[in-house]
Amino acid sequence: MEKTSEPFNGYYTIPKLLERNADIYSTYPAYREKEYGIWQTWTWAQSLEEVTALANGLIAMGLKEGENVAIVGRNRPALYWSFIAAQMVGAVPVPVYNDAVGDEIAYVLEHCSAKFAIVGDQEQCDKLLEIKDKLPALTEIIYLDPRGLRKYDHSNLHAYKDVQKIGRENAQSQIETLDKRLNNQTENTTCVMLYTSGTTGKPKGVVLTYKNVLSASKAASEFDNLKHTDEILAYLPMAWVGDFIFANGQALWVGFCVNCPESPETMQGDLKEIGPTYFFSPPRIFETMLTTITIRMEDASNLKKKLFSFFMSHAKKVGNDILDGKNVGIADRIKYAVGDFLIYKPLKNSLGLSRVRVGYTAGEAIGPEIFDFYRSLGINLKQLYGQTEAGVFVTLQPDKEVRADTVGVACPGVELKIGESGEVFYRSDSSFECYYKNPEGTASTKDKDGWVATGDAGFIEEDSGHLRIIDRAKDVGKMADGSLFAPKYVENKLKFYPNILEAVIFGNNKSHSCAFINIDLAAVGNWAERNNISYSSYQELAGHPDVVRQIQDHIEEVNISLSSDAMLSGCQIHRFLILHKELDADDGEMTRTRKVRRRIIEDKYSDLIEALYSNKTQVSTETEVTYEDGRKGSISATLELRDAEVVTEKVKAA
Amino acid sequence: MNEVNETQPTESVHGRTFGAPIMEMKNITMRFGGVIAIQDISFDILEGEIRAIIGPNGAGKSSMLNVINGFYHPQEGEIWFGGKKRSPMKPYQIAYQGIARTFQNIALFKGMSTLDNIMTGRFTHMKKGIVSQAIWKGAAEKEEYENREIVEKVIDFLEIQSIRKTEVGKLPYGLQKRVELGRALAAEPKLLLLDEPMAGMNVEEKEDMSRFILDVNDEFGTTVALIEHDMGVVMDIADRVVVMDYGKKIGDDTPENILKNQAVIDAYLGVAHE
Repeated sequence: MEKTSEPFNGYYTIPKLLERNADIYSTYPAYREKEYGIWQTWTWAQSLEEVTALANGLIAMGLKEGENVAIVGRNRPALYWSFIAAQMVGAVPVPVYNDAVGDEIAYVLEHCSAKFAIVGDQEQCDKLLEIKDKLPALTEIIYLDPRGLRKYDHSNLHAYKDVQKIGRENAQSQIETLDKRLNNQTENTTCVMLYTSGTTGKPKGVVLTYKNVLSASKAASEFDNLKHTDEILAYLPMAWVGDFIFANGQALWVGFCVNCPESPETMQGDLKEIGPTYFFSPPRIFETMLTTITIRMEDASNLKKKLFSFFMSHAKKVGNDILDGKNVGIADRIKYAVGDFLIYKPLKNSLGLSRVRVGYTAGEAIGPEIFDFYRSLGINLKQLYGQTEAGVFVTLQPDKEVRADTVGVACPGVELKIGESGEVFYRSDSSFECYYKNPEGTASTKDKDGWVATGDAGFIEEDSGHLRIIDRAKDVGKMADGSLFAPKYVENKLKFYPNILEAVIFGNNKSHSCAFINIDLAAVGNWAERNNISYSSYQELAGHPDVVRQIQDHIEEVNISLSSDAMLSGCQIHRFLILHKELDADDGEMTRTRKVRRRIIEDKYSDLIEALYSNKTQVSTETEVTYEDGRKGSISATLELRDAEVVTEKVKAA
Repeated sequence: MNEVNETQPTESVHGRTFGAPIMEMKNITMRFGGVIAIQDISFDILEGEIRAIIGPNGAGKSSMLNVINGFYHPQEGEIWFGGKKRSPMKPYQIAYQGIARTFQNIALFKGMSTLDNIMTGRFTHMKKGIVSQAIWKGAAEKEEYENREIVEKVIDFLEIQSIRKTEVGKLPYGLQKRVELGRALAAEPKLLLLDEPMAGMNVEEKEDMSRFILDVNDEFGTTVALIEHDMGVVMDIADRVVVMDYGKKIGDDTPENILKNQAVIDAYLGVAHE
């Protein structure tokens, strides 16, 4: 029994960690936010004061233990404090994706029957007020930014500052209540509830206890030797488990500083100003950055272009080995150092990655070429594999054992096993408690011995012990001739091309596979500009004959590379089309973390898939679209269906 | 002869009440050679309201704004501002009185950043002389910081943080319009004049701009007078509307009543000639 609090040295809840940090790191920066063009800083001691004031305010307003508090907004210190304040009073914070449309928010708030909601601004307020009829449990809304809210009915609306003021006024009289609530908590108290965006079905509320969150935070922080002087930029959705573990779990455990950008649009500039030492990002951000670099280099002068391609090809050759500490000849090292001075360092600086000590990418497989690009620059970018149910970390790549095709070794404290069907299972202290109000869901994911099914198919490499993920277990299928069908693998190969933003491959149980393509408007638009091609919309550009031809070339290149892999040769793409609209989370085609929802797309565009498997060369279609404010409209288009050349065994033999 | 509707509302359609008139135009007539641009027009602008001036092309709207702004001096009539009769002044003197404006064709410094452009809006509040500016340390520095803070609040308000350091000439049209509004706001005006703030914008940009105008009026209590072509926008955001046609006032009422006014309908849709 006495072991309960030992692994965390007695700091077994997040509020306790905040008190510890305010004590030992009192003058170190805890949170920063750029406001009015200047970085504002709060030390750990100041943060404790802010959080306590809010917590007291919430108690005074009647928030009880065990109740849920919804938090909606972009990354801001005040909202991070809301998490801890809710935890202090024994309530459970439930972050919600701030770009979610009304119905999605309504589902989550109704499901968790949140009584309080803390929101960022008028936009979030409006969303909640619109769906308030569906949410009888929601009584109080607290907002951060008062702008535009002056004329609203304030009977249930409260300014964040006012709540803190109430809290400060009542601080003396509530000391005992607050202490009692803090001491009622154990490491098995619920720390947070995170709704998974889920590629299928309704979101599920993943309940994580303090023990889950803190063991994950502790293990991963020790793995990478994080220190209280480290810095992160918190720009990923607050409702995502990654952001929660990094900016709440690890930040509190280690005591490092969380920096919030001024606005989502300024993220790139803020990244450059802060220069984080610990950086996390889904592959998508790295892809976008690489696309931007490629576009800008194409617009650069000849000399710069030549320098860039000369040194980048050298980096490709030796950069990775230098980073891994392998043997590299002195001449190559000197050449790399020159390249570092002329190209790599300025490039890293303009990306805001020059101080990165540990960088991670996860969420989806990253294209090997993209991954190697950053590593060859000398950025210690690694992969990790995880999910909400695991408190992020399942496996991590140790320094110097980084490869694009694996996701690393089991995180300390995590056990791994591969099921009979090839599915990956794990068990650890950080594995989630249960799905909220969903015992069947819990039972089907987590068995009685604590093994959690990931839903991903993979295997452990015998010589290195690294885990390799092939694809989502339910997506991996067979072609009609019995060969393996791994759509994600092929899609990732396609997405490496800057012109291709998104790809969806079909072919399960079919004789051959076909593809939907989304072009990248930034990259293709830039190309069109340089070639004097005018276009008025995404749809028009996507249908341009030259664009279609370029995409066809990319697909044929991918087919050639697939044909060299005996296992995946059957996945080569025979026919494709370029979609007339971008896949969008508002239409339910992607998750909020931008993963494609295969089933929904299959359903929605069944007419297009049917056409791909026919002999037609054109197809007309009409698609419903949802605008950001929830209104619906439709677009119709005639799409061209193209055949791509595939490499057959016979051709190869010849 | 003139079908002038002289109803004077005391309360706006939005159920808001306003203060005393901040500006009164009395029997203004403005001639360019033989052409009469404005003919005997009178109206007032109440403190805290959004007042629109509308009319077909060539009705004399921009001339009216230039009269308010002090750029034109009318041959006849009186202008009362802040309870005092205004003698003919230079535009910069008017600016010192607390009137700021935006232009129909954007008039920004294209080679300067957004920040610097908005900073120029603060010139009426900068008191330090050239010597002090050159020495910089001390008084001038302090003044710069104080003014920068106000400018940053404007940038925050208009949500243009991401273009703070961007050269204005490189910005798309809609954003340039927003920067221009920012420069006018930075002057912390008592009366804000907007010359066709929505011209050339798409629906989304118009919605954004309408939001900002309403927010300016609501947050800072700034009185707004605007000229606008887009009837839809005017009817949505204005408290009271003056309608002009061929230099004459043909209506002055709440948006609802204006829409029912036969003279206005005729001016906009045209009348069948006998």
